Amino acid sequence: MDKVQNNKAWFLVLPVLVLVAFSAVIPLMTVVNYAVQDTFGNNVFFWHGLGWFQDVLTDDRIHGALGRQLAFSAIILAIQIPLGIAVALCMPKRGLWASVCLVLMALPLLIPWNVVGTIWQILGRTDIGLLGYSLSELGIEWNYARNGLHAWVIVVVMDVWHWTSLVALLAYAGLQSIPQAYYQAAKIDQASRWKVFRHIELPKMQGVLLIAILLRFMDSFMIYTEPFVVTGGGPGSATSFLSIDLVKMALGQFDLGPAAAFSLMYFLVILLVSWVFYTVMTNLDKAEGK
Amino acid sequence: MTTTTDPLSAAAPGRAMPRIRTRHVVMVAYLLFMLIPIYWLVKMSLQTNREILGGFTLWPQNPTLDNYRVILTDASWYMGYVNSITYVVINTFLSLAVALPAAYAFSRYRFLGDKHLFFWLLTNRMAPPAVFALPFFQLYSSVGLFDTHLAVALAHTLFNVPLAVWILEGFMRGVPKEIDETAYIDGYSFPRFFVKIFMPLIASGIGVAAFFCFMFSWVELLLSRTLTAVNAQPIASIMTRTVSASGLDWGVLCAAGVLTIIPGALVIYFVRNYIAKGFALGRV
Repeated sequence: MDKVQNNKAWFLVLPVLVLVAFSAVIPLMTVVNYAVQDTFGNNVFFWHGLGWFQDVLTDDRIHGALGRQLAFSAIILAIQIPLGIAVALCMPKRGLWASVCLVLMALPLLIPWNVVGTIWQILGRTDIGLLGYSLSELGIEWNYARNGLHAWVIVVVMDVWHWTSLVALLAYAGLQSIPQAYYQAAKIDQASRWKVFRHIELPKMQGVLLIAILLRFMDSFMIYTEPFVVTGGGPGSATSFLSIDLVKMALGQFDLGPAAAFSLMYFLVILLVSWVFYTVMTNLDKAEGK
Repeated sequence: MTTTTDPLSAAAPGRAMPRIRTRHVVMVAYLLFMLIPIYWLVKMSLQTNREILGGFTLWPQNPTLDNYRVILTDASWYMGYVNSITYVVINTFLSLAVALPAAYAFSRYRFLGDKHLFFWLLTNRMAPPAVFALPFFQLYSSVGLFDTHLAVALAHTLFNVPLAVWILEGFMRGVPKEIDETAYIDGYSFPRFFVKIFMPLIASGIGVAAFFCFMFSWVELLLSRTLTAVNAQPIASIMTRTVSASGLDWGVLCAAGVLTIIPGALVIYFVRNYIAKGFALGRV
């Protein structure tokens, strides 16, 4: 749609600006403030320059957390995106069952995150949980509180349970918007199932899939509550991801300077990756518009 | 009729039957995977703590509602639900109230810095709450809002306002501009046009936006826990504290968990027909 040039539109945006300035800009400036200052207590601050940034960049503990975080996001994307697409392809297209599937699948998305953590914490226990009990009955020495690998398994399975539906619902919506004519044309060409998927469904889902990848990347990169409830970042630091480390640093030890510097860089990494996605997405929109 | 319109079988009509079976198996398996953890929570909520720890069972031997009674008769428990719902509702109204005019501006006008502004708004959706936890705590303490519903509602606008603007802008772009112009010619003022004519046209968009605002505010814990102490404490946070204090009464904990699922389930049920539409715009 061709839009009218009108700078008075700023008045309509003003309420958002005021609100977001209060709830985002002021806190962010506080963070910037802490990131470049040091204190000996009593609210006396002095200039520390980029010292904290150097500390954070050379801190082994944060390197470890970053590595685990990247591995976690990569695993999550590698499982959830293909699984989500597969589930979307298997969903009924319309009618009562489509509604039933939709509602049941959306259910995990609306459970408070700490309850998700609690559910899986219980499920993984060998004495009272279904998953832990079954695994130990099968002869596996299952103990996610002691074994790092087991902790990873339960955190990943939990996230798959929690968020795959989002990918599936997005992909499903993308599939719904494909006109029947495309399938009829494919039928006339006697295209195989794989070719229909590869040349019709996948390109048509491209837009929503990019959004799904973006959302899953962002949210898995900021994950805090669920692993915190299940494993508390342990055993040792096996599942302590960036947010868990950051909260420990900021609210637990009150190391304001390093925590603030860490926050800023953390935010920038997410911003950078998201900006790349956003640019790709808007370019795709334009290409489709032509 | 369904087999001819079904794209999967339409692609290869001769082999439709086995393929349909695979689809059903995948779907049923996935739904079971979704539901078993929830079943387990419900099952444990119907058991006494002694029964839970006494032995492993697949279903409750003596189903009891005692755990729910504990929660619904104790103010320190059920006020958590009241607090959560209060700030979620305030947040949803607040987010929509500021997002509606802004989304209209983005969908109808070009103005200085509009694209940058839009992306900047979206970056707030990308901000890790962990980054904001401490500054929020200090900000709201210093303005005297700490431990109020309003503080949590305002804090959650951080990610809900950008989201609402994004969703609503998509829906508004689908409304032809001629409608605006006709209304102005008919002598409608902007506020009257917006409320009387425009908002009913994008009612489903407002519904979808409200759903997502509700959802993200309802499930968030880190900020709501950091910003509250006693008076506005959300149920999620009461759960985590009670776990450590009462020596783990699993039954009550599970009952509290089940009760947190119910509002979400109700909301999904009411908006089920709009969800797919909202997702179709790809704006979540």
